[in-house]
Amino acid sequence: MLKISKDKLNDLFDLIAQKQTLYIPADRNDGESEYKKYESGMTLSNNLNTVRSAKDFFFPQTENLVDFKMEGKNIEVIDIRQESEDFVVFGVRACDARSFTILDKVFLVEPVDSYYKTRRDHGTIVTMACTRPAETCFCGLFGIDATAPEGDAACFSDGESYFFKANNERGQAFIDSISSLLEEGDTAKLDEVQNKTKEILGKLPLSGLSTDSFGGDKLKEYFNSDKWAELSEACLGCGTCTFVCPTCQCYDIKDFNTGHGIKRFRCWDSCMYSDFTKMAHGNPRLTQLERFRQRFMHKLVYFPANNNGEFGCVGCGRCLSKCPISMNIVKVMKALEVK
Amino acid sequence: MQEAIINKAKQLLADGTVNRVIGWKRGEFIYDVTPAVFESAEEIDKDFVFDDFTSANVSKYLVKESQKEGKILAFLKPCDTYSFNQLIKEHRVVRENVYIVGIPGGPKLDIEKIKAKGITGITNVVNDNYTLKIDTIYGQETMPFYEAVLDKCASCKSKKHVVYDELIGEDGDVLESNRFEMVEKLENMTAQERYEFWREQLSKCIRCNACRNVCPACTCEKCVFDNPNSGVENKAAVDSFEENMFHIIRAFHVAGRCTDCGECSRVCPQHIPLHLLNRKFIKDINTLYGEYQAGADTTSRAPLTDYTTDDCEPSIVHERGVE
Amino acid sequence: MNNDTLIPYIGVVTDIRQDTPDVKTFRVVSPNGGKVFEHMPGQCAMLSIPGVGEGMFSITSSPTNKEFMEFSIKKCGCLTSWLHAMEVGQQITIRGPYGNHFPVETDLKGKDLLFIAGGIGLAPLRSVINYVRDNRANYGDVQIVYGSRSKDDLVDYKEIIDEWMADDGIEVNLTIDNPQEGWDGHVGFVPNYVKELDPSISKTVLICGPPIMIKFTLAGLKELGFTETQVYTTMELRMKCAVGKCGRCNIGNKYVCKDGPVFRFDQLGELPDEY
Repeated sequence: MLKISKDKLNDLFDLIAQKQTLYIPADRNDGESEYKKYESGMTLSNNLNTVRSAKDFFFPQTENLVDFKMEGKNIEVIDIRQESEDFVVFGVRACDARSFTILDKVFLVEPVDSYYKTRRDHGTIVTMACTRPAETCFCGLFGIDATAPEGDAACFSDGESYFFKANNERGQAFIDSISSLLEEGDTAKLDEVQNKTKEILGKLPLSGLSTDSFGGDKLKEYFNSDKWAELSEACLGCGTCTFVCPTCQCYDIKDFNTGHGIKRFRCWDSCMYSDFTKMAHGNPRLTQLERFRQRFMHKLVYFPANNNGEFGCVGCGRCLSKCPISMNIVKVMKALEVK
Repeated sequence: MQEAIINKAKQLLADGTVNRVIGWKRGEFIYDVTPAVFESAEEIDKDFVFDDFTSANVSKYLVKESQKEGKILAFLKPCDTYSFNQLIKEHRVVRENVYIVGIPGGPKLDIEKIKAKGITGITNVVNDNYTLKIDTIYGQETMPFYEAVLDKCASCKSKKHVVYDELIGEDGDVLESNRFEMVEKLENMTAQERYEFWREQLSKCIRCNACRNVCPACTCEKCVFDNPNSGVENKAAVDSFEENMFHIIRAFHVAGRCTDCGECSRVCPQHIPLHLLNRKFIKDINTLYGEYQAGADTTSRAPLTDYTTDDCEPSIVHERGVE
Repeated sequence: MNNDTLIPYIGVVTDIRQDTPDVKTFRVVSPNGGKVFEHMPGQCAMLSIPGVGEGMFSITSSPTNKEFMEFSIKKCGCLTSWLHAMEVGQQITIRGPYGNHFPVETDLKGKDLLFIAGGIGLAPLRSVINYVRDNRANYGDVQIVYGSRSKDDLVDYKEIIDEWMADDGIEVNLTIDNPQEGWDGHVGFVPNYVKELDPSISKTVLICGPPIMIKFTLAGLKELGFTETQVYTTMELRMKCAVGKCGRCNIGNKYVCKDGPVFRFDQLGELPDEY
């Protein structure tokens, strides 16, 4: 397998960044990490995951859709779209990599979202296999192998070197483009690391979870469950879970008057917010119970109903560590589960 | 302490003093406790928890809970009592419907500080004479207790309960805290340095509104930032200026009412030290209008809504703005 | 780049009709004349005034009208107030058509049809009614029960009187909530009137109006012997994208903008009661 030794990783980053914009997870000074545009000398974070998921690269929190010029009774529509530039996201974890295929099922079905698509077309995802999963991880529940991540190309570390494997043509093209820095390497130690990680994954505190009692056909079982009141009782109605979630994709469209014209933009929205479904004549989701229920029903029942049983969760554990009141999909599943 | 609290809860439920109890519910892990209302001794025995991770201030929940039928028992830490008192002052809670048992405060632990040390796979955390013994799936780790203390506890302002019906344990005193240290540090920066500090911090904001929604001083029925008719409703940062303004306007809105409970910073998923904005206002109010602690009492007039002839002249704003 | 459905077309408002005190009907054409796009009865379009807002409205004109589209809009919020204040010649933005439509070319073909509408609920049904009138041979008897608060609140009153009532094989039953001077027609709520009229249960029903009217009318129809599979309605929830992606107009796993707005009641019955 082709590899590069650990101390040469920055040479690799420099090479990639010469041709394309490169993003890597980098540490902040508050113990967290976030994706940053690579600049020479920047260090790859050792953290398991970033606070914000990698969905930002394809579905940014705010983006301009179209501009308008208003003059008297006339309106001019200005298409401001541009083809995305090529870019590489390096170090995406297996959970986030799967989230892209879930987002694809929303944005790339007809009518295709061209804003999302152009970024997908031009982005190369290089994933990083996990070696130190956290107690909050449960990607295995959704058939994700943290030691063999998806993405265009995957990278594996044995502690001394990084090994590369292409998952598709774009990934092969990526590996070809960096081949001058790669050498053939022995994977004995990597195999050992992989086996050890697999062992840990099997023993994670949440490894016993099951999706058996959830899915597209479970609407009637859960919608009127008396558990929702208790589960949603402490919910603050904030958007933390939604915004750190790699698969949450609801958005709002709004206009902003710049004084020189109107910018129509879209931004992330949250079904947890009180005005999410509010209309001039009323609101079908009046209390936090309904909003809370919507978020989890969507991930565990509605999404699988519309997508051949695939769940709208990748088990990244962000909501487990970030919810201000520590309520999350795992607690919801355990409480609802009909055995 | 957990046992004493649980016994008190069961006793007050049994003798009919209250019909429910607000406290903290055990989570999936040692640290992920959730505020919860308990209605029976069985529920309490099963899930009630009080330990180093039960840091959530439950005062704000009492705005809604105290409107309901019957009396609710609330266990309030010293800092929580200031929030509750302020809510009494603002007529946001029905005092008669809450039975308050004052309980000892922190210091409470911040799991994120433990995780920031690179400790992961956490299965248990034990405080062994102020050394944390942390069991993980990768083996045991240790770290000093005080390095994992929540910021809000590290600069605790008071161990005194300002409102309660009864106490478990001894009451403490108002402390000489170091809470304005960082504010002073910021004040001593140049405008440019200060600007850069806040730009770096506030640019991390994801507009999740957790700070606002958890804040016991933010109890507006409809927040101006959620009101489409306000002209400032916004869910996303249109540009960095607005992103900054949200937090600054919020700090203005709670100025003189913020008790410095520190919940805003505790819940921020991006670790923005939002409490520093509030503390700057508190410090300024102390300097310009005399020492004032929001929530310390329910009758005094708040400095920003009270006119006295000793008040500083508005020109102070201009004078202080000059470098 | 290919066209993106989120980027709207321009429409010009060429006629504004004050239908009732709070309903106006707007005629919209492309700046080059003709319709901005084709649609089927029951489908919707997103109309917008940039800077004010965008909203989903049913296209009230029939697809058989080859010259223009019409929208009957009740003034009830920010955007609709703006639309009501505009003058002929104003440009708006328009995108669509969105959603499914009444099955006029399949399930409804050859059937006796019963239209039941309340207030502004006539807007989506008017498209079907005029489609049926223009393809008269394809359908059986047509009965229209339409009610409003008062005579003045009956939308398209002139068209109903001058055209629909003049057609052979169309029975129009109008009702208003309370007695009113100059009204010698039926007085009473729509659900009760439908029961009084006792329509043949062989009819296929299309119903639209306030939720409370729909609820009681459906109950009445069931009492008369109608089954849920015979009754169609059209829904409205808050929408932003109109293409099933922004995530807010769902009822269970169905998006009103994409899988609806037209639902048969047996299909709605499978969905949670959250609308």
